[in-house]
Amino acid sequence: MKKILLIIQREYLSRVKKKSFVVMTILGPILMIGLIFAQFWIKMIPEEKQKILVVDESKLFTNKLENSSNSTFTFSNNSLIDEQNNFFKTDYNVILYIPANIIDSQKIQIFYKKQPGLSLQDYISTVIEKKLEDMKLIASGINANQLKSIKTKLNVTNTKIEKNGIFETKDNEVSMILGFLAGILIYFFIFLYGAQVMRGVIEEKTSRIIEVIISSVKPFELMMGKIIGIAMVGLTQFLLWIILSAVGTTLVGNALMKDDLKIEAVEQTYKSNVPQQKDVFKELDSQQKTEIINSFFEQVNFPVMIGSFLFYFLFGYLLYGALFAAVGSAVDSEADTQQFMLPITVPLILAFVFSQNVMTNPESALAFWLSIFPLTSPVIMMVRIPFGVPYFDLFLSMFLLVAGFIGVTWLSGKIYRTGILMYGKKNSYKELWKWLFYRA
Amino acid sequence: MYIFTAENIIKKYDNYIALNEVSIHVQRGSIFGLLGPNGAGKTSLIRIINQITGPDKGEMFFNGEKLGLKHIERIGYLPEERGLYKKMEVGEQVLYLARLKGLSRKEAISKLKYWFEKFEITGWWNKKIEELSKGMQQKVQFIVTILHQPELLILDEPFSGFDPINANLIKNEILELKKQGTSIIFSTHNMASVEELCDDIALINKSKKILEGSVKEIKKEFSTNTYKVEFTGNIVSFTNALWTSCQLIEQYSEGNVNYAIVKLLHQTNPNQLLQHIIPHVNVNGLQEIVPSMNDIFIAKVSNEKIATVEGLTE
Repeated sequence: MKKILLIIQREYLSRVKKKSFVVMTILGPILMIGLIFAQFWIKMIPEEKQKILVVDESKLFTNKLENSSNSTFTFSNNSLIDEQNNFFKTDYNVILYIPANIIDSQKIQIFYKKQPGLSLQDYISTVIEKKLEDMKLIASGINANQLKSIKTKLNVTNTKIEKNGIFETKDNEVSMILGFLAGILIYFFIFLYGAQVMRGVIEEKTSRIIEVIISSVKPFELMMGKIIGIAMVGLTQFLLWIILSAVGTTLVGNALMKDDLKIEAVEQTYKSNVPQQKDVFKELDSQQKTEIINSFFEQVNFPVMIGSFLFYFLFGYLLYGALFAAVGSAVDSEADTQQFMLPITVPLILAFVFSQNVMTNPESALAFWLSIFPLTSPVIMMVRIPFGVPYFDLFLSMFLLVAGFIGVTWLSGKIYRTGILMYGKKNSYKELWKWLFYRA
Repeated sequence: MYIFTAENIIKKYDNYIALNEVSIHVQRGSIFGLLGPNGAGKTSLIRIINQITGPDKGEMFFNGEKLGLKHIERIGYLPEERGLYKKMEVGEQVLYLARLKGLSRKEAISKLKYWFEKFEITGWWNKKIEELSKGMQQKVQFIVTILHQPELLILDEPFSGFDPINANLIKNEILELKKQGTSIIFSTHNMASVEELCDDIALINKSKKILEGSVKEIKKEFSTNTYKVEFTGNIVSFTNALWTSCQLIEQYSEGNVNYAIVKLLHQTNPNQLLQHIIPHVNVNGLQEIVPSMNDIFIAKVSNEKIATVEGLTE
């Protein structure tokens, strides 16, 4: 027991002291904060004014297109060819050509000097589409007010009736996203730190220190020491990221953004050149806005979320860590790991892929089975939890994960203790299978 | 008194038998040579002694007690396939490995100081292993092996990777350790070092022990009663003096001096040989030709080969 602590200590310190760890720990939050603020910042930069010259042969739109903050429409009476020839003498960025038969053809054309952004194209087509729709409606005898009363926005309330007759109303978009993010985080953590376990095992094998060490400790102790040590490295890094990100965001946020700017920036992020999205945000009154913020805390069952996150985070990693260690022990170099990686990567990637499916269909049979199968449950159960998981499912899944961890670690330990002493040989699955039955 | 004995060890992998009823007996305070061609089963046996793997059958005793995990700290092992963490600093690494062998941090540091001074490598404490030459790494590795003052030391090809000067340094250290009472199991292909260092040997071939005993006795057993005679005088009269109980194997001259290699048959002794030849030539010297461990090794192992070939044809 004392020796396994020594091993954990070495595995932990040798990684935490590395420059790459320090760099990643500092760089991670900086990148995160940078990304967040870069988004605000980009939104705050006034976009280049787009001067659009409209050649409208249909004459339907003349002077009917409204200018927006960064695009102005100017209508021309000249022919398209004339304007094209003159294009470089003017300071227009874009020529918008509306053909005479626009209603039938439903086609417009844009000519440009420099490729305009997607948002401009979106903006132009949305504006024209909307105008066309309005025109068509009016042509069929519906006026603007009637149109407004026809347009409908539905509000759906989800209420689940439990067997015991309790009604539970859920509006859990936020916790849904949190659950999904937690699942993805677990997925990346397993890959990132599982691969470190594997690399550590290969390093010990190729540097040939392995035989020196296992003449002092049992191979199983070495394997577990390594897995636990690296888990602690991961947790340390994760914790530091959260702390640094939180501190950094607050500091940078306060320093960079005075109140006015802040609100403007937030609104800018919601606003876009596409009018429909603008509408959604505008439609919310201030009361609704505060409701959203309050409901964030009401919706998320934090004790359950955090508790199960830590559980699946840890045991998911431990289970896969043992598998990664077994793979590392069976090869001589990282290049040879490919053939043994499949059983590890396939369930993980499947979990990742199906997590979206589970999000749209959280009570399906697929979701159930994936969330109790130990190799996929760490990711899938996190996605399911926000939708309310029966305690039976949750405990079954947790129990199976722990049982799976013990079983997989036991098997991996058997492969590991034989594999680490096999040098210079390409091993196959058949050999790994035989190792399971060797006497220690 | 034996420090270590192994009785009838059997180890199987799949259908392959790595060790077949192998027994060895290591005297306390002696150097025991574990010999055999590549793939004979030496490494399997050494790993079993170190409890890295377990035997399928057979028993082992350390100091008369059944070998168990508590003995790990009293054994030192220098594997043939050896190495250190390349990115770790020398001092930190040796401390770590010493503590895994049960030394406290304090003990380990004071012992390390002694060895680092003795090997003149005090300046390396903060260097990374990858910055050292191969020979330097081997020195560090040797210190790691003996730092916890094991009662039984197992050295697998300890001289590989050393230049002659450092090999000599290590050899003297081994002899010094023996003087202090350490028992050593020494596995090598270098037969010259076996003659120089070993008290007893066991020869393993094809998973079986085919020879065990003290080096002196084995040599005696394998002596062929062959002598080299150095003489001056007429070669023909020398040859004529030989009778049916001896066989002239080789004969050559260097200047005036002649040499003859004579094998004595039918329990003839060298005295009788001298009585026969002294009247005819001037004998300058007589010397028994003793088989080297190298010869014995080759003879024993190739004998086995012949035996198997014959076995197959039968």
